[in-house]
Amino acid sequence: MSAVTSLDDHYDVAVIGAGPAGLAAATVTATAGLSTVVLDDNPAPGGQVWRAVTTTPVQDRRVLGDDYWKGQEIVQAFQASGAKHALGAAVWSLSREREIGVSFGGGARMLEARRVVIASGALERPFPIPGWTLPGVMSVGGAQTLLKASGLVPGGRVVLAGAGPLLWLFAHQMLQAGGQIHAILDTSDRAGWRAALKHAMPFVTSPYLVKGLKLMAGVRRRVRLLTGVTSLAAGGRNKVEAVIFRQGSEGGQRMAADMLLLHQGVVPNVNLAMAAGVEHHWDAQQLCFVPVLDTFGGTGIEGVAIAGDGAGIAGAEAAVERGRLAGIAAVRALKGDTGKLPDETASRKVLAKYDGARAFLDTLYRPSRGFRIPAGDTIVCRCEEVTAQQVIDNVRIGCTGPNQLKSFLRCGMGPCQGRMCGLTVTELIAETRGVTPAEIGYYRLRPPVKPIALAELASMPKTESDVTAVVRI
Amino acid sequence: MFQRVGKSEASVIISVDGTRVTARAGDTVAAALLAAGLTSTRTTPISGTPRAPYCMMGVCFECLVTIDDVGNRQGCLIPVSEGMRVDTQKGKREAGR
Ligand code: FES
Repeated sequence: MSAVTSLDDHYDVAVIGAGPAGLAAATVTATAGLSTVVLDDNPAPGGQVWRAVTTTPVQDRRVLGDDYWKGQEIVQAFQASGAKHALGAAVWSLSREREIGVSFGGGARMLEARRVVIASGALERPFPIPGWTLPGVMSVGGAQTLLKASGLVPGGRVVLAGAGPLLWLFAHQMLQAGGQIHAILDTSDRAGWRAALKHAMPFVTSPYLVKGLKLMAGVRRRVRLLTGVTSLAAGGRNKVEAVIFRQGSEGGQRMAADMLLLHQGVVPNVNLAMAAGVEHHWDAQQLCFVPVLDTFGGTGIEGVAIAGDGAGIAGAEAAVERGRLAGIAAVRALKGDTGKLPDETASRKVLAKYDGARAFLDTLYRPSRGFRIPAGDTIVCRCEEVTAQQVIDNVRIGCTGPNQLKSFLRCGMGPCQGRMCGLTVTELIAETRGVTPAEIGYYRLRPPVKPIALAELASMPKTESDVTAVVRI
Repeated sequence: MFQRVGKSEASVIISVDGTRVTARAGDTVAAALLAAGLTSTRTTPISGTPRAPYCMMGVCFECLVTIDDVGNRQGCLIPVSEGMRVDTQKGKREAGR
């Protein structure tokens, strides 16, 4: 499918996002005989975790690893399910009546669904350090996408900095691909280990442990690791030339670098769900906003569910199960129990296993305050080039929250619509005012959640009443 | 600075600011620019400082380029195609695009 006209007006189920959760949900509903469409803005199915799993040039399976190639099976099941897939389709609005605005193949249109599953996944937590806008500084996830989709390995003196499982996984993949890592600067808090221990028991029995430890040990044998990093900056004029950092309370160090790859965990991608009016709350453990959901991912909006990491970070395997559960709920609501449904209890068992381990990982890799809440000239909003000090100054003269900040500084009003600064702004305002992030809240998001060209809007199919409505104005 | 690994069936010729660039079929525009050795792919409308793709997943909008005369397109989401004309953007998007 490649043209906007190839989409129908109505579907039983619309799934937004073709990653682990979206593919699993759509497979369940399409297999049960419901007309299902999957809308995703990427050029191939798989989401970010299984990015380009059907097309990757990196065919040596040891490079990307078993967990990546597992995606193949899920994609194949999806492709055999009869669900429609619109690749490169950007969803820019979702209403309470489950009307979806989508841009696709150069055109735009609305379509309706009886059930909607939002599976828009996660994005990397902002990592606002001095110099993070310099060319040559990239997110670890971004570099990983280049490897998966295009077989590109960063060269020169490559420094990885931050914390979290994805950083170690990518380091491993990069080495497997023949790349070289100049150094890893570990920003995880040493206190994290002590705090994490009380959650260790469920972790020890979880599937994460053996895999994770083996991977880290392998990387550590081959790469210089600097731990306890407490401050970090990228230096250079028109591109990164050096990484400037401190370990603990020691003096500053400078390391020449050609690329700096940053990562400090992932957070739910909330833009579409928030703009649709789904209630979210501040998760003090994961330090992000998560939607309020029932046990099948159902939101407060009739017929709209959220599955996968967008429902709270739990990883790819859990996302598949959460997608299945959302699919099962949709089928039951529209068709009753058809007998063609996957086993709900099996999904819940897998979920319990991963949930138990998550508290350990969340505590261990909790990004430290200094890397979440910047100061001084560090850019917070990359689009509008707003600094931390500007935010702080505006709060001191009476700006109370993120929405006011938009009109004071245009912060969060650029094309990324707050995706790169939202959490930073919430925490920065909260700290400056001495209240909790929950009290501050997030940017109020409104559709379109993706920029849409006027030409696309103008090309939208119109009804008679649309035309007269415009004429009257 | 990136190196290629793995293999791909086909190559695709595009132009970048008028220069011929060979990309891999399956590359996104942003990937093709980085693979071709571009360090920065635009300058910002506000301060004019150089930027480069950051997230590669449609989130940050650092990869904005003009493709076949349409400005402000997300290079990391759009696959290359034969004969595609990519122009990097300097400062504000040129009027009329
Ligand atoms: S590189 Fe971030 S949106 Fe394209």
